Amino acid sequence: MKPLTLILLGLALVALILAPIGQGNYIVYTLSSWLLFSISAMGLNLTLGYAGQVSLAQAGFMGIGAYITALMTLAGIHWVVAAGVSISSCFAVGLLLGWPALRVQHHFLAFVTLAFNTLLFLVLRNEEEVTGGSFGLVGMPRPDFFGLSTMSNLNFYYFSLVCFLIAVAVMWGILRSPWGRAFKALRENPIRAESLGLKIRRQTLLAFAIGSAFGGLAGAMQAPLVQFIEPGSFGLIHSLKILLMVVVGGSGFFFGPMLGAAVVILLPELLRFTEGYYLMIYAALVIVLMVFSPNGLIGAGQKIWLKFKPKHEARRDMQKGFQL
Amino acid sequence: MAELLQIIISGLAAGSIYALAAVGFTLLWQASQTINFAQGEFVMLPAFFVLVGLGFGLPLWAAILLGLGASLLILGVAFKKLIVEPMLPHGTLPLVIATIALGLLMKESVKELYGATAQPFPAIFPQTVYNVFGASVSVQDICNLVVSMLAIGGLQLFLSRTRTGRCMQASAQNPAVAEILGVDVKRMVMYTFLINAALATIASVLISPIYLAKFSNGETLGLVAFIAAIVGGFNQIRGALVGGLLIGVIDNLSAVYISAEYRSAMPMILLIAIILLRPQGLLGTKEGRTV
Amino acid sequence: MFKTLLGTAALALALTATSALAEIKIGSIVELSGAGAASGTNFRDGVHMAFEEINAAGGILGEQVAITEYDSQTDPQVSRAMVQKAIDDGVYAITGTVFSSSTIVNMLVAQQAGIPQFTGSEAPKITQMNNPYIFRTAFGSQKGIPKMTKYMAEEMGIKKVAVVWANTEFGKGGHSAFLDEIGNFGIEIVADIPTEQAQTDFSADVLKAKNSGADAVFVYVTEEESARFLREAQKQSIGLPLIGETTLIGAKVIELAGDAANGAMGHVGLTAAADIPAVQEMVTKFTEKFKYTPDHNAIKGYTAAYAIKCVTEKNGKVDSQALADAMHGLTLTAAECPGVLMDVSWDENGEMSRESFFVEVKDGKQTIKAILPPN
Repeated sequence: MKPLTLILLGLALVALILAPIGQGNYIVYTLSSWLLFSISAMGLNLTLGYAGQVSLAQAGFMGIGAYITALMTLAGIHWVVAAGVSISSCFAVGLLLGWPALRVQHHFLAFVTLAFNTLLFLVLRNEEEVTGGSFGLVGMPRPDFFGLSTMSNLNFYYFSLVCFLIAVAVMWGILRSPWGRAFKALRENPIRAESLGLKIRRQTLLAFAIGSAFGGLAGAMQAPLVQFIEPGSFGLIHSLKILLMVVVGGSGFFFGPMLGAAVVILLPELLRFTEGYYLMIYAALVIVLMVFSPNGLIGAGQKIWLKFKPKHEARRDMQKGFQL
Repeated sequence: MAELLQIIISGLAAGSIYALAAVGFTLLWQASQTINFAQGEFVMLPAFFVLVGLGFGLPLWAAILLGLGASLLILGVAFKKLIVEPMLPHGTLPLVIATIALGLLMKESVKELYGATAQPFPAIFPQTVYNVFGASVSVQDICNLVVSMLAIGGLQLFLSRTRTGRCMQASAQNPAVAEILGVDVKRMVMYTFLINAALATIASVLISPIYLAKFSNGETLGLVAFIAAIVGGFNQIRGALVGGLLIGVIDNLSAVYISAEYRSAMPMILLIAIILLRPQGLLGTKEGRTV
Repeated sequence: MFKTLLGTAALALALTATSALAEIKIGSIVELSGAGAASGTNFRDGVHMAFEEINAAGGILGEQVAITEYDSQTDPQVSRAMVQKAIDDGVYAITGTVFSSSTIVNMLVAQQAGIPQFTGSEAPKITQMNNPYIFRTAFGSQKGIPKMTKYMAEEMGIKKVAVVWANTEFGKGGHSAFLDEIGNFGIEIVADIPTEQAQTDFSADVLKAKNSGADAVFVYVTEEESARFLREAQKQSIGLPLIGETTLIGAKVIELAGDAANGAMGHVGLTAAADIPAVQEMVTKFTEKFKYTPDHNAIKGYTAAYAIKCVTEKNGKVDSQALADAMHGLTLTAAECPGVLMDVSWDENGEMSRESFFVEVKDGKQTIKAILPPN
């Protein structure tokens, strides 16, 4: 890494630590919410931005994570154990779901995940003895760590921040590993990657399963944050919302999901003066963004940056490459 | 027996509407690889154009014509020119996102500009009910079924028997070759979008008297159309037709005989089964393009 | 000259200062988007209309009321954040949310902050959580349904019933309240039919109810689904009495179902159709202002606003804690507080009770068959 990047990352970390100090409960709560959605979107970004597959079940995976965590913590098991189980379950479900879907080409993973998310909703709602049905589950405890309670919103934010940083580090590690580099090869030129001996399907399947596991972690954080879960919070519409986060931010960029999550969570707030019209404006903005910059906001930023940068002929074959 | 007959007739009546939406869906996919996530909203919106026309004091037939015109213009021309065309070079994904956003935009616009509650919609066909072997069958249901079958049959004939129709098929199957052979591919794609808008209008006018006009009606309808298209075969009009009817009947059958709580699961299970066992769909043929 | 200038400036300063201080902030947190948009919009408009009237008549204790709008997006998580935000903004009281799944969550936040909250939700659980800051604006289904069941058993002689209900927290609340009650009257359930939210095709559901051998069908789904159900029931000539709550026989349902609504009957709390001049007047005004017929949610919102006004004026001060304290065990008569439209009382849990009606739809109008006393 270049020193400049390191300094910037350090500044970002300081900003994240200082952000909630002196803020009202609402802001702190929203920031925590942003962190967990960033994790979820980061997972989907691996599936979408790196492996090129659309998953429409990211909210469903959050749901699996949230329900497992809720049920286990309500039974008195510590959050860390519950989160571990949540993450591994999502990984396993991801493998089971992705394996048949990725046998066939096209966008079949999108269809299968769409059906899966709808089915999951029905199961969560109908199996009342276990999941609480449409009334949901209330009163999940927020975890304690070494005697430190995360009950207050500020403590919970720092707890979320730690989870977030771990998730970022793991994702960074994955992408830096030779195995992760294969994703990039895959995205840039699947045919060449295959001829170089990469197993596309296995690679894509793992990307999807890992992406789903990130959803599981986000769900495990959502249960204690909201302290209430119900099937409706994990419906298809929420999967579309997370998909929007990834694409609006810029799919395939490391920081795209964080930016996208911030935009999707904060934009309604910024547009609130328009009262009922904000969703209309929001939807219109997304369409305009997609028309002009399919690579999302980061892509648009790069475009503008390149316009003002002194021009020199760039190597074309490097252009699509992954840059941080 | 009467019960089963009732289920099948009601299922077919509902399924014919799903089929209309599903056919439009497959057309767009074939012509421009557009997976239209706003298809449900495409069926929801024309009813409101008609209601606006009625609000101006137009008679029903004129309001429907106005609705058709507005749909062709907005759901056909504007959708193609402003959204699909500039995004085609970017690949499928940004377009998918854009149609999701478009669906949201249409839903929210109707809610803000027309109203959040459901609206009654005038019936075109008489609601007289006949008793057929113990099942109640309304003239409305039969007319809906007949009109949608005629629309889809007519479309099939148009595509296979007329010159323009064949040019459209050629453009969908292999745009490059069609272009070389002198087909105006862009115009053919535009026709597809217009046909989709027209089908959506027909579906909207047929269904709104029964389902009522509401901004959120597209949510379920879009999903069902989507599943019908995949189940039937993504690259076949006949497939979308069969898929639509099948889902209409299965939905009603499972609500009565299997589980009302899990009725909406049945189409999903069917979808997963189809993808596992016959990914090209019931009537679909394997596509040449895979990469 | 200079003195007068200074004087005016000081006066102006004082005025702005007082008006800034004297504004009473109300947080309106409702479902403006998502599945609950129709109910939420009604509730919000009811609140708005009431406070506009109150402001035009000089406000509360001479102070103007400012409403801040928050959209819960029909998402419990967002609704919780929005209640938190309203409290951070320093509101005096909260109106909303309507969907019980949201209220169950966000009422905990209002409770922690000690801000009274006037909800439109009807799920029984809400007033059973020992929350001293939650108040209903219409009685919960555990109050309404027993009244109705009693009438069904005693006046109509119904023994077997088919239940059609929405498989949501709303429908489930009514469904379980009904199940709890029928045992007391020896009614048997012969068909139990859950339906989906926003379901459009009711042919299978009507068919099941029709062939179940029931004496009557209890329908507990939301307004638009009720209208679709009634139409399908007419088509299949179901031939059974259809009995429900406000959601089956409200004005909106009659408008949507047309003559298919005729013959449907049920128990209503306070509806637009109630034969009470104050209600009629409110409905006319509302329809003129917002260009649509209000449903019971609009009336709930309207009641909430006036309850806040009247109780605050009784207290003689704008104090959230005092408002919450005064609400418990309170009875407001329509004579002392016309905005609540009918005499109403709240118990120690914030549950409300008042008179209600058993009505039947005849020729597209609700006609009252019996007046049911408060329970």
